[in-house]
Amino acid sequence: MTSDKMMTMKEAVSKFVKDGDSIYLAGFTHMIPFAAGHEIIRQKRKDLTLLRATPDIIYDQMIAAGCAKKLVFSYAGNPGVGSLRCFRRSLEKSIPRPLEIEEYTHFGLSGRLFAGATKMPFLPMRTNIGSDLPPENPLIKTIKSPYSDEVVSTVPPLNPDVAVVHVQRADVNGNSHIWGIIGEQKDAAFAAKKVIVSCEEIVDESVIRSDPNRTLIPDFVVHAVVHEPWCAHPSYTQGYYDRDNEFYMQWDDVTKEHDTTMKYMDEWVFGVEDRAQYMSKMPSSKILKLTPKTAYSTPVSYGSV
Amino acid sequence: MTDVSPSELMVIVAARELKDKETILVGVGIPNLAANLAKKLQAPGLNMVYESGAVGSNPSRMPLSIGDPCLVTGAKSICSMYEQFAYYLQGGRIDVGFLGGAQIDKYGNINSTIIGTYKAPKVRLPGSGGACDIASNVKKIIVITPHEKRRFVEKVDFKSSPGFIDGKENWSKLGLQGGGPYAVITNLCTMKFDQKTGEMMVVALQPGVTIEKVQENTPWKLKVADKLESTPAPTEKEIATLRSLDPTKIYLG
Repeated sequence: MTSDKMMTMKEAVSKFVKDGDSIYLAGFTHMIPFAAGHEIIRQKRKDLTLLRATPDIIYDQMIAAGCAKKLVFSYAGNPGVGSLRCFRRSLEKSIPRPLEIEEYTHFGLSGRLFAGATKMPFLPMRTNIGSDLPPENPLIKTIKSPYSDEVVSTVPPLNPDVAVVHVQRADVNGNSHIWGIIGEQKDAAFAAKKVIVSCEEIVDESVIRSDPNRTLIPDFVVHAVVHEPWCAHPSYTQGYYDRDNEFYMQWDDVTKEHDTTMKYMDEWVFGVEDRAQYMSKMPSSKILKLTPKTAYSTPVSYGSV
Repeated sequence: MTDVSPSELMVIVAARELKDKETILVGVGIPNLAANLAKKLQAPGLNMVYESGAVGSNPSRMPLSIGDPCLVTGAKSICSMYEQFAYYLQGGRIDVGFLGGAQIDKYGNINSTIIGTYKAPKVRLPGSGGACDIASNVKKIIVITPHEKRRFVEKVDFKSSPGFIDGKENWSKLGLQGGGPYAVITNLCTMKFDQKTGEMMVVALQPGVTIEKVQENTPWKLKVADKLESTPAPTEKEIATLRSLDPTKIYLG
């Protein structure tokens, strides 16, 4: 099974991610495409505007590697652990380079993608008012309702140059089945100008068509399809491998200094060719530990007369 | 009475605030424990919603993040991030939201963004995430926090999540649909908010704590309710149930 969209991560990044681009590596905790981030680092892309609600460890790594000029975000922490130290070093001490920021709330940033995906000039929402964020981000404005005297907050649309979305399974043209926490995957794919889908499994189109409600992303918005098992580690893929919480906790120590961070990167990013080689370095005990128990859904019938 | 740690006490007191059938927007750690404890005791029908889009979760272990896969297995529903904020929060479907932060002030404004100024932060914190959206839309905001002088400040450096701003009069003019701050639960006391002014007010002291001790750990002159109560001591059942939820003491140090 193949198509002209099928390629390796190396080819996809080389073809679609350019210096200076705005990019959205999607996934709210779940299915964060670490393999794409690592490939962008290896190809030494620079001056990128990194877009993500939760920058997470992947953007911490890309910031440390000097890929980022600007970060657009809503929560820059290591969930349940603490700070993202590379993000803070860049913002507070300009190491390895200064970082511009543009900050929203989660609703604000996910609303920006929704507005971008649906080609609206802005999106009204009930948040921001009363907080100190709007004075620091002039793109957050207010509007009076044309139907009442109510005043609500607005955010502008977001249309990334490139979105990378990791999914459980896709066909060779990019029709994608996603389940579990679906985050902003669909919104990012529809909002972006170019879309790279990576997947745990390539399946036949008939598998996709057997369960169309699960297809969040149709092939005609997808530009590249990458078969990349374990793409999301240390994030997770529901039903395939669990979140490597130990790694998330260790990251705090790894990133104590810029040098210690780069030592990690030398071994696990620059020191490998691709995700397959990254996984071949992973101890099998770790892989076993992250292998989830099965929990199958009850099949449904899509039959008609 | 079995000795309880300050964290255990806060979780138990917070859990008592939750009613059966309420819908709760939960964070990880201490709030997650409070919600799970209430569910095992007086509120079996509690709906736990996480900002990652997991609705009606039944986690079999302690999640480290709000997007942990254990919140998905056996959940009632999963929605997208935008839908979570639009349908559930903005749609007015959430009764109680738990929030935390580095600083909280006398009107319940919460700072989780910066210490110092925004342009030149002394400490850069993670930022709002969903906190401002939660604060603007839930019926009751509950904050669980250790009672320390560095956390309680007369005015926060940055309002990440609006409480009653500088008093309830100006807050009402903003037209937020949420009910604003409801309770602040610390290891020393429980505080609620003056109905008229929106100022934080001590309503109950935790077992063995004096009002003087609370005041010593708060940098402004605290308002005290006319009828100051004593929090009933944690029961053996509350303690045993709570400890079974976090057997390895990830959060209950």
